[in-house]
Amino acid sequence: MNIYSASSSETHNEIFDFGARYGKQIIWIGLGVLISIFLLFIESSFYEKFAAYIYLACMLLLAGLFIVGKNINGATSWYAIGSFSIQPTEFAKTGTVLALARLLNDRQFSFKPLKNRLKTFVIITIPAILITLQPDPGSALVYLSFILLFYREGLHPNILIVGISAVVLFLATLVFGYLYVIASVILVSIVVLWFISKGRKKLIRFEWPKILGIISIILGYVYSVYYLFNYVFKQRHRDRFNILLGLSDDTSDIGYNTYQSIKTISSGGFWGKGFLQGDRTQGKFVPEQDTDYIFSTIGEEWGFWGSMLVVLFFMIFILRIVFLAEKQKSTFGRVYGYGVACIFFFHVLINIAMVIGLFPTIGIPLPFFSYGGSSLWGFTMLLFIFIKLDASKNYEL
Amino acid sequence: MKKRSLLFPILIIATGIIFVTRLFFLQIIEHDSSDISLNSSTIKRIYTYPERGFVFDRNGKLMVANEQTYDVKVIPNEVKPFDTLEFCKLLKIDKDYLVHKLARAKNYSRWLPSVFLSQLSKEDYAYLQEKIYKYKGFSIQRKSLRNYPHKSSSNILGYINEVNEYLAQKNPYYEQGELVGTQGIEKEYEHLLRGTKGVEYKLRNRLNKVIGPYKEGIFDTISKPGEDLTLTIDLALQEYGELLMQNKRGGIVAIEPNSGEILALVTAPNYDPNLMVGRKKSKNSVILFNDSINKPMIDRGLQAAYAPGSPFKLIQGLIGLQENVITPSSSFYCHHGYKYASGKNNFMGCHCNIVGRPIDLRLGIAKSCNTYFANVYKRLIEKYPTPQQSVTKWAEHLHSFGLGNYLGYDLPSGRKGNIPTADYYDKIYPRKTWKFPTIISNAIGQGEIVTTPIQLANMIAAIANRGHFYTPHILKKINNQNIEIEKFTTKRHTTIDKENFTPVIDGMHDVYTNGTARHVQVKGIDICGKTGTVQNYIRKNGIKYELADHSIFVAFAPKENPKIALAIFVENGGYGSMIAAPIASLMIEKYLLGTDKLKWWEDRIINTSLEKEYNKQTSIESLEVAKK
Repeated sequence: MNIYSASSSETHNEIFDFGARYGKQIIWIGLGVLISIFLLFIESSFYEKFAAYIYLACMLLLAGLFIVGKNINGATSWYAIGSFSIQPTEFAKTGTVLALARLLNDRQFSFKPLKNRLKTFVIITIPAILITLQPDPGSALVYLSFILLFYREGLHPNILIVGISAVVLFLATLVFGYLYVIASVILVSIVVLWFISKGRKKLIRFEWPKILGIISIILGYVYSVYYLFNYVFKQRHRDRFNILLGLSDDTSDIGYNTYQSIKTISSGGFWGKGFLQGDRTQGKFVPEQDTDYIFSTIGEEWGFWGSMLVVLFFMIFILRIVFLAEKQKSTFGRVYGYGVACIFFFHVLINIAMVIGLFPTIGIPLPFFSYGGSSLWGFTMLLFIFIKLDASKNYEL
Repeated sequence: MKKRSLLFPILIIATGIIFVTRLFFLQIIEHDSSDISLNSSTIKRIYTYPERGFVFDRNGKLMVANEQTYDVKVIPNEVKPFDTLEFCKLLKIDKDYLVHKLARAKNYSRWLPSVFLSQLSKEDYAYLQEKIYKYKGFSIQRKSLRNYPHKSSSNILGYINEVNEYLAQKNPYYEQGELVGTQGIEKEYEHLLRGTKGVEYKLRNRLNKVIGPYKEGIFDTISKPGEDLTLTIDLALQEYGELLMQNKRGGIVAIEPNSGEILALVTAPNYDPNLMVGRKKSKNSVILFNDSINKPMIDRGLQAAYAPGSPFKLIQGLIGLQENVITPSSSFYCHHGYKYASGKNNFMGCHCNIVGRPIDLRLGIAKSCNTYFANVYKRLIEKYPTPQQSVTKWAEHLHSFGLGNYLGYDLPSGRKGNIPTADYYDKIYPRKTWKFPTIISNAIGQGEIVTTPIQLANMIAAIANRGHFYTPHILKKINNQNIEIEKFTTKRHTTIDKENFTPVIDGMHDVYTNGTARHVQVKGIDICGKTGTVQNYIRKNGIKYELADHSIFVAFAPKENPKIALAIFVENGGYGSMIAAPIASLMIEKYLLGTDKLKWWEDRIINTSLEKEYNKQTSIESLEVAKK
């Protein structure tokens, strides 16, 4: 585990080359190391005992933003302390995962009772709503990733299926238009039902009200997606989706970020242009290239082999966390580890997919790479609490 | 439980594979290696433009130089509030101009420099230079403009234009907005005059601001200055020709026969080359190009294609001798004309007034006898079994003199002219019914024959050389070093044997001693010449009006070891002997002796204006009067 964090910090050092920001980031890293040492000295049972309080504190910090928050780039997400700003959003993730681990740690816990489902739902919804209100919807989306954790911990797969179908139908509606989707949904249902009725009749009982109900819910969903997209979404949201889905072709205005980012990455070629040699990076062609779009710099300066290494590093890193989480003796440790993996995975997935043009622009940082002290600290905390839990698992009952 | 824990790792691995595939696609397959070349959008090329080469005449007199002017440029985003009143006073502009120009610059780009005020004078520049530091965002850029110390030779020198989109696409050297020679020698020798621009590669950011050199400038080059050219033109002779041609339309071409060097290339009306430079250029060029009456942008010496008239008889005589249809002593009688077919109208008149005695070749040339050359042409065309064969042979001889096609001189404009061939007539008369009487006008240089003045001058040079010529050219030296261009140093032989030239040249000499040009003899020089008068018509509303004849004269001098051959063409100048012949004598005297023995003629020619004649052509009423 230590190797992972160390290597990530190393890469971090190398990548940063942005003058004043470079120096600032060094300070953040230095303080981050202190924090991680401090976290390692805390008794691991402390986290379990105080999970609820930590969560509460985080929520208060989020709520407090509405009173004394500092507005940067249109979102009130920061507490300003001198020239440094702290973004509690990044710490709220740790608090939420701790709270979830604490909740699921209960031996009697099961997703069967509605009450438990509601409890978990509330735990992740409170920070999500508070963050959305900042407004920083990108960061709020991170909380969606816990669905993987809940599935692992026994949530009925139907919910997962429903979730995935919802996303597929959503995208299909945007790409093909709602009329086609509705038509094909009806067609597919008829064909499927016909095959089932001709086959082994005992497979399902035909409860027509239920079947028709499900179909009409699907159709209603499709139509409401269409309606939401065209009448509730703002133009900039629509634009982002349209560019990504290839429905509109724009390289200057709205699609600028994605276009420049793709161009920058592909200009790197196999070997890249070398450290500090990326002319597109030096020319700051990609907006937010030291924060959300940091991966484009890696792609340009380190080329295919470098960016591939970064992707592989993240994948192995996350797999390693999942693997270690599975080995935890306590449910608390396992749930916490799984949650950490979910968060890292979601960040890496969304961020890199966005930078390489597979996903719409959603502003969330790439762990350990993007400039930003709070995010660095947030991920450090997430990770080192887990390292501590993992290190002490053998001594716990 | 175990089954469920598989989903997440599978998702992670799938994501990894998708990402690496996408990266492979972007960085290996879609990777465009030219993108990291010097064309990348991150690299800005800054050019340093060398000074354009100077141009001198054959005697080293400066014809084209450069002048430094200064443009004021502005980068709107860098402009800080300033004292507008003082600024306007400095630049001698009003406030409206300032506001308007700033708005336009902003409209173009906030980050890139735009021209705010172009071509400051040196005095204004001197004032401004001391104060420019006060005005943030404004800068001064030096620019080199063409400067002409003389008002002459605009047709030869040409002018420079901004590179248009078409050229910029066609030729990778140029970028839109740069300067390129578009006419005259500026165009022909653009590659020598312009030099090579230097280039610096700079890294720039997304706002186009330069942030430093690219790779420490290893790709940068320094500019190479343009070459200075020396022309074959004799500026004094050129200016004299322009003076003689003032208030007339036409052209003079003078060639040095033993080298093919063009000594003078006059066209009238002309324009001051300084009009096509600087701030007033676009306004002036519109006026010049739109003048469809005077057509000052046409080089009449190169582009005016007319029937050659009587000078063509010289070559008819040469061909007759070469084809053995006549000998120098062959004689014909003239009865005020030549009846070439039965019928009342089939008669070609003649003004030689030699009735009752035989006319040989020498006399025929001296007196320009139409009848004589009609007879020669009849024998030529009827020499071979069919007129097609005869015309083909005849045209071959003419082509060997450089007629009927581009000569290959080093100037960018010209016309082919026309020497009719058998094919040409077969197309006009598809049933091939044409015979000698059909094409008799050719005998005296009218009909279907069309030549340009420079072709005629070259033809005379070939006669002066007794059988060969050098392709006319205008470039003499590069950077004061003599040049050897094979094309211009190769003798081009005509199909006529040397001895056949003697009677023709004697006839031309007689033109000066006792023929149509004896009134403009120059004592001390043996000039050989030939007058020409070409009828011409204009059609208006379907009615044919006869206009005053074009006046033509060709000459070379001295008779032995000729130094100058020329062709003069004056539109509607009347008889060749009245305007064109004196001009030829004056030019020859000026070039060979530098004296003014023909002072009376000089004054007369300079003061002759044909404007009245030209004005007639533009109104039908006056044409009607002229007809009566």
